[in-house]
Amino acid sequence: MTTQPSTAPRQSIFLILARSREIGISIFIVLLIILVSLRSPNFLSLENFRDILLNISILAIVALAQTMVIITRGIDLSVGSMIGLVAMMVSFVVVEHQTMSPWLALLLGMAIGCMLGCFNGFIITVGGVPPIIATLGTLSIYRGTVFLYSQGTWVNAFEMPQSFKLLAKGTPLGLPNLVIFALVIAAIIYYFLNYTRPGRDIYAVGSNPDAAQVAGIRVQRIIFMVYVISGVLCGLAGVLWASRFEAAQTNTALGFELQTVAASVVGGVNIFGGSGTVSGVLLGALLLGIINNALTLVRISPFWQLAAQGALILLAVIVDSVILRRLQRTLTVRKTA
Amino acid sequence: MADHILSMSNISKNFAGVHALRGVSFDLYPGEVHALLGENGAGKSTLIKIITGVHQPDGGEITLNGRQIQLANPLESRRLGIAAIYQEPSLFPDLDIAENIFVGRQPTRAGGQVAWSDMYREASKLLDSLGVHLEPKTKARHLSVAQQQMVEIARALSVQAKILIMDEPTSSLTLAEVDDLFRIVRQLRQAGTAIVFISHRLEELFELADRVTVLRDGAYVDTKLIADVTTESLIQMMVGRQLADLFPKLAVEAGEVALQVEGLSRDGAFQDVSFELHRGEILGMAGLVGAGRTDVARAIFGVDAVSGGTIKINGQPVTITGPQKAMQLGLAYVPEDRQHHGLILPMRISDNITLPILSEFAKQGWLNTDQEQQSAAVSATQMEVKAAGLWQRVRELSGGNQQKVVLAKWLATKPRILILDEPTRGIDVGTKAAVHGLMSELAAQGMAILMISSELPEILGMSDRILVMREGRLTGHFSRAEATQEKIMLAATQAVEQV
Repeated sequence: MTTQPSTAPRQSIFLILARSREIGISIFIVLLIILVSLRSPNFLSLENFRDILLNISILAIVALAQTMVIITRGIDLSVGSMIGLVAMMVSFVVVEHQTMSPWLALLLGMAIGCMLGCFNGFIITVGGVPPIIATLGTLSIYRGTVFLYSQGTWVNAFEMPQSFKLLAKGTPLGLPNLVIFALVIAAIIYYFLNYTRPGRDIYAVGSNPDAAQVAGIRVQRIIFMVYVISGVLCGLAGVLWASRFEAAQTNTALGFELQTVAASVVGGVNIFGGSGTVSGVLLGALLLGIINNALTLVRISPFWQLAAQGALILLAVIVDSVILRRLQRTLTVRKTA
Repeated sequence: MADHILSMSNISKNFAGVHALRGVSFDLYPGEVHALLGENGAGKSTLIKIITGVHQPDGGEITLNGRQIQLANPLESRRLGIAAIYQEPSLFPDLDIAENIFVGRQPTRAGGQVAWSDMYREASKLLDSLGVHLEPKTKARHLSVAQQQMVEIARALSVQAKILIMDEPTSSLTLAEVDDLFRIVRQLRQAGTAIVFISHRLEELFELADRVTVLRDGAYVDTKLIADVTTESLIQMMVGRQLADLFPKLAVEAGEVALQVEGLSRDGAFQDVSFELHRGEILGMAGLVGAGRTDVARAIFGVDAVSGGTIKINGQPVTITGPQKAMQLGLAYVPEDRQHHGLILPMRISDNITLPILSEFAKQGWLNTDQEQQSAAVSATQMEVKAAGLWQRVRELSGGNQQKVVLAKWLATKPRILILDEPTRGIDVGTKAAVHGLMSELAAQGMAILMISSELPEILGMSDRILVMREGRLTGHFSRAEATQEKIMLAATQAVEQV
């Protein structure tokens, strides 16, 4: 009977990988950890893992924002520039107002990010400009604004109030605040994407925009929303960035958009939209973090780090297309049988 | 009988001054299957789009349950209980079945939290009520077209649709799947749903419909009980003229063997396929969707590699390494899916036609566009392509005309062996007759034609000999005289029934 899915227990490794990217990356991560710890015993220390987590927290937050955009078939290339601009503006403000609450700085950063994201969303939905072009434009505009705003100067560690520096690095809960921020944001996004209608609408819009329209989903509104969310989270990330590195420079987070796309794609987010999970992206970010850390520990030049990152993206995409082809073949075979 | 659930009277619609509908009336009782019939361009789609709120009529009156209504947009129409299922299901491939059913209105708990468990339970209930055994957590991308349609029907049920419009739902289903679909349609009818059913396959209407309304050139022809009509009278109503013979295959003396295939195999697709194709002959290839017929055609044309067997052309053994080589050897292949494999939609008609033979007009690397246009015009005229001009984009043409452009394109290569994959799928009766007439003429001129078709009347009417495939093997071989629908169906399905 053809209307019943075949229940044959032929579970090839490809089908398992296709079902869950998380399992695939986890295996990869474990293998990597074993390999590197054989070469460099320091790798397994608690201290080192804290380092890795600290290094990937901001990446994880922004990669999750990027993921939501990619699920709707878009891309936000301006994330690095938004982070840079927010970091610079908020740093200037906290230097002026030394007694200001760091939480207020955080809110300020998110408000600025919100405006930047609204501008992106506006160009894309109202202006009808393809996301890759629109955000390529604002990537330059926002980065240019960093120069204009700072007049080419930068903010140094000694100028910043201690309270602001502790925003990211304090450890009142045992883990650095930065890591806790990332975990909380990830939890919120997980809930949003899986348990709210707007969250589900993001998947629907990316999976089949025409059908989404017919199903009564306000497609343009959802698309606008994801760019605003991206802006807000970049605002948050910008403040945390300034706090963590105790500096704001004109080249803060330059090129960061590529890392966020890398983490998403490696984490199994389909670049053509419609699918992607929070856990996958977190593992993707973790994998990138471990690779960068490991390559440093085993003293490989930073140029290789870039190459490794690139190779990883290609691997992820190739694995995806191989899986997809296999899946299609099993489906056709099933249909013939 | 009960009162009308939907009644449309004197509906008119103009597009840029062109009458798409003129004074069309259509009504629908609860619990009936009402077939809507007409050639492409007769106004069926426009009427459907008015019922679903996509278009608004310029004149006329629509009443639903006796109350006059305006269908201002698709959402309004859905809210009133009108649902539609199209030829190509429009699901969300990345979402699971349950969410596809409830998308945009997922059940929620207090605080707006999506209640997944409720959603799965409701989805299971709906699927069970349809007698469809699908796991609601399966992603839609893993479903066959037939299964996707079931999900769409479940979606229609979930909004308590009182009117269900099915626009050519069977055109890409296998016979078993069609049976399943019909069982559900009858079940819905039993439950009082009013169903508008569109299909080009007349035999399906006789099997399923209670009444039939025929449109022609945007005008209303008649509405009749299905018991009061015959295939011939329906066709006459549709085309407004008597088609002397739907399948005008001229008797031609078969010439020498043009193509000989021996023991051809491709792992996972088909095994041990052998046949001969003579000049002047139309060899029909019947079978269910997925039986491997298209795979054989693709292998012969060099699109897919073979794993065994030999191909001889005019008696010479050949190795076909790719479509380029196949074309040099005088082969042409018109694929089934014209939108994906046969045409480049944004390009002009003339560019599409001359695409495979561009090198003929390119002396010293420069295109001689005059020659190119001339050649395109010859082919287009031969095929009777109806268009404003050869500069028109193929995207803007009707399905039937697109198919003619595909044929024109391959005829321009002057092939000696022509492989046609579902040459008339989804095109209207008039165009169909034109395509059949042309095929017959080409065969008479000595072309060897291999025709893959899932429509038995077409197979029986057009073929000199008939091959039947099942599950990648040849399972039947009949002459025109001995072939009957029953024999072919038996050869095509026997194994399926035994499993």
